[in-house]
Amino acid sequence: MKLDNIYKEEKKSAFAKLSEIIITMASRPSGIIGLSILVFHIILAFISPYIAPHDFKAIDPTLMLQAPSAEYWFGTDDLGRDVFTRTILGGRTALTITFFGSLIALLWGGLLGIFCGLVGGKIDDVVMRIVDAFLSIPWILAMLLIVSLLGTSTEVLIPALGFFYGKGIVRVARAATHDVIAKDFIVSARARGHSNFSIIWNEIIPNVRDAILVEGAMRWSWMLLGFSSLSFLGFGVSPPTPDWGLMISNARGLMSFAYWAVIAPIVGLSSLIIGINLTADAFAKALGIDRSTKAPV
Amino acid sequence: MTDIIQKVKNLSIGFRSKKGEEILILKNISTNIKKGETVGIVGESGSGKSTLALAMMGYVKHGLYTIGGECQFNSSNLLKMKSKDLEKIRGRKIAMIPQNAGQALTPNLKIGYQIDEALQLHSDLDEKEREKKISELLNKVRLPSPETIALRYPHELSGGQQQRVAVAMALAGTPDLLLLDEPTTGLDVTTQAHVLELLNFIAKDTGTSMVYVSHDLGAIAQVSDRIIVMYSGEIVLEGPSRDILKRPIHPYTHGLLKSIPKLSLAGLPESMPGTQPQPGTIQSGCSFFDRCNFSDENCKNNSPKLEFLKDLNTSVRCFNYEKLVNESQASQTVNKIKNKSQDKEILNLSEVSISYAKQKLLDQIFNRISDDNPTVKDININIKKGETIALVGESGSGKSTILKSIAGLLRTKDGLIRFDENRNLSSDLKERDPNDLRIIQLIFQNPDESLNPNHTVEEIIAQPLKLYFGLKGEELKKNIIDLLQKVRLGEFYTSRYPRQLSGGEKQRVAVARAFAAKPDIILCDEVTSALDVSVQAAVLNLLQQLKEDFGTTYIFVSHDLAVVRAISDRVAVLYQGRLCEVGPSNDVYKFPSHPYTEVLLGAVLEPDPDIKPKLVAEDIVEERPPEKGCSFQGRCSRIVGDICKKEIPPWQLTDSGNAIRCHIPIKELQKEQF
Repeated sequence: MKLDNIYKEEKKSAFAKLSEIIITMASRPSGIIGLSILVFHIILAFISPYIAPHDFKAIDPTLMLQAPSAEYWFGTDDLGRDVFTRTILGGRTALTITFFGSLIALLWGGLLGIFCGLVGGKIDDVVMRIVDAFLSIPWILAMLLIVSLLGTSTEVLIPALGFFYGKGIVRVARAATHDVIAKDFIVSARARGHSNFSIIWNEIIPNVRDAILVEGAMRWSWMLLGFSSLSFLGFGVSPPTPDWGLMISNARGLMSFAYWAVIAPIVGLSSLIIGINLTADAFAKALGIDRSTKAPV
Repeated sequence: MTDIIQKVKNLSIGFRSKKGEEILILKNISTNIKKGETVGIVGESGSGKSTLALAMMGYVKHGLYTIGGECQFNSSNLLKMKSKDLEKIRGRKIAMIPQNAGQALTPNLKIGYQIDEALQLHSDLDEKEREKKISELLNKVRLPSPETIALRYPHELSGGQQQRVAVAMALAGTPDLLLLDEPTTGLDVTTQAHVLELLNFIAKDTGTSMVYVSHDLGAIAQVSDRIIVMYSGEIVLEGPSRDILKRPIHPYTHGLLKSIPKLSLAGLPESMPGTQPQPGTIQSGCSFFDRCNFSDENCKNNSPKLEFLKDLNTSVRCFNYEKLVNESQASQTVNKIKNKSQDKEILNLSEVSISYAKQKLLDQIFNRISDDNPTVKDININIKKGETIALVGESGSGKSTILKSIAGLLRTKDGLIRFDENRNLSSDLKERDPNDLRIIQLIFQNPDESLNPNHTVEEIIAQPLKLYFGLKGEELKKNIIDLLQKVRLGEFYTSRYPRQLSGGEKQRVAVARAFAAKPDIILCDEVTSALDVSVQAAVLNLLQQLKEDFGTTYIFVSHDLAVVRAISDRVAVLYQGRLCEVGPSNDVYKFPSHPYTEVLLGAVLEPDPDIKPKLVAEDIVEERPPEKGCSFQGRCSRIVGDICKKEIPPWQLTDSGNAIRCHIPIKELQKEQF
């Protein structure tokens, strides 16, 4: 065997690994359902502006609260806007903001957790107590404070959500690091005299990456719910931008006679959350981090 | 016949691969267990020995299923039985003693409670009778003062005591058949000898049949009447234990016995090439064909059948066993090692003490450790360039602690570690310069843990090359392949991950990584204890070869005295972190010895039914070293009086240059030990 071939094989394997993981995920019923829902939502978010049958902000008092019909598939809302159009557009902002929000949460939560797990001692004690303190603050109150001070722009929401949802990841990353830190290959790297940075990058991250990624995927669905709650309370997306949380909030008073206006966004939101949850679970199983491991006997 | 208690008939167990093929773990096994008989099942990891033992109690591991055959117990097939009926047999008729009793006992329940639980399930005794029975059982397994032991929790007992409790629990149901799955693996040598002796006693006393599963032929030799040797899911040899051990007529057993280091022979045993085939890879021919020295064309194409030889009373699965019938085991050849050590001193430990005590605030401020009775104390060793020195002792003897301090992973409390006569190695890792770190490399016990599972072999070996020599690109690759070839692995290993390697291959990669730093000293921490016997010999031979090529010095830590005997030039015996005896290995293994060395030597299990272990001392576990006097006073059988408890014994030299630290004069020791 020629040497070059060996090295080529190595480089290809990152893509091969990913496709292998996706195939494993799709081979389970829950995985394929979750993946399809998630992919459907993502595609919808990209193409919805082009396929929307009506203008999402066109107010028409004559069409107020119409029941579903051939023209307006999901009916119209209290301002006469098409619910179908608003529903397919309503996930775009939430998806974008929470996706980048969870990336930020993963990054700071994961790195801080790994660092604390590695150095231990006093630094670990102090940082973890601060994290605990933040965990005890009801996040929605804190978010309301931030949003009312700095506004509801994307530049504020993404880092704020990222910050609040990263705290939990710190704990998970730290615990995952503790699992590998006592292994001999870390001791071996220490004895050779590698720097902390090199140990984190080369020895720890490859071994805790999977656990942290799965945790991040779960956080994504929680953050989506959180963000929709903010919109519901009027602190997320500002009207007339279509958003599920906002739509639910507007239509909930009319639920008894115009159920269509509230059901459509609810289905949108919950299906996306279920999709992400199922995908995250299948992802965990495909990576071999099964949380529901049964006893061997 | 009525005296057959368990009958295994044509048993095949396997699993279905992803492609839908049936892969066999056990292939058509048939054997009988007779009443009152102890059968040893021996084999390397992956040979199917545990699967067979579990099937004997009607249990098939999750993921496996029975393909054919049956396990008959009292003429009913256990493998087809409903779980309700099985419950009546398990514990009452067939009991199991697990490998790790520490994990098998529930940590939050008292010992007495757990035994009582077993009694309630498996007997019809009332409360008073059970109370009596508990102390009876604990007495039977020779635990001191049963009344207090019954009130303790599992973590308050030592490993040996936990194993005894597990035996007591298994005996609670007065079973007809006891299954023991590696019951002494992981115990200290002296404890192991005691537990085996207890099992022998119980077999005689209760008349229970036993099935003893182990990879350790030494342990098997001590307990079993009959031995079954398994290889790759097949029985390859079965017969009376004496015959099998004295005259192994299957090439595998023959090779296995040859590759075990013996106390009586200095030098490295011959290793067996190759590894056991993965299940499902053998299509035709004998499964041992690749590794066999006696094979021919016939073996390649046809699989041999298990053949019963009447005159030898043995069953063997080999075409060419006749070649082996006349060859006896005594013809063991060893590669004598040459002591290549030079007079130049390379590492000197003087008055080294190490403490695990937690620093108090005041100590932290002054950056000192105050502990009057540290874990390791007064270690003085000179290590010469090119020699192999072994640190020997049971768990808790401080041998690994000393290694960690030499590597800089643990601060010393007092004392100096000097390299090359004048260079002082500061005790802390951070204060050592990169070169000080390079000259000392470590090889760990368990290669599963010492190699990063997410790195390829290439990345693993590249680490020290990049760190110490800044190698890059082609030069790095060249060096990696060079190192792989030195440890007898080809260049195609570069892109593999540790999980794709066998245990022996993994340990070779770990060896290559250590040598990549071009070190002067390599610290080997129990490097062979996680490996199979046939692989162990190969790794020891490799280490010896590399040492001769590079002139490296080894500091070798092990609890296995036979392995130490095979590889080391000099031995230091440790007890409770204090040196007992230091000397050339030939002399340490001869009397006169320190009383502790005597205990250790007596407890070594040899794969020979005629050599019984000598149990000199009690297997008590001491938590802390005594504050005054000799470190071994608590267990010594030759204690001379108050002086042992008050004064630290002096070093005495024997004629051959062996240093013994004991109050008893050398001449008297010699007289008493012969």
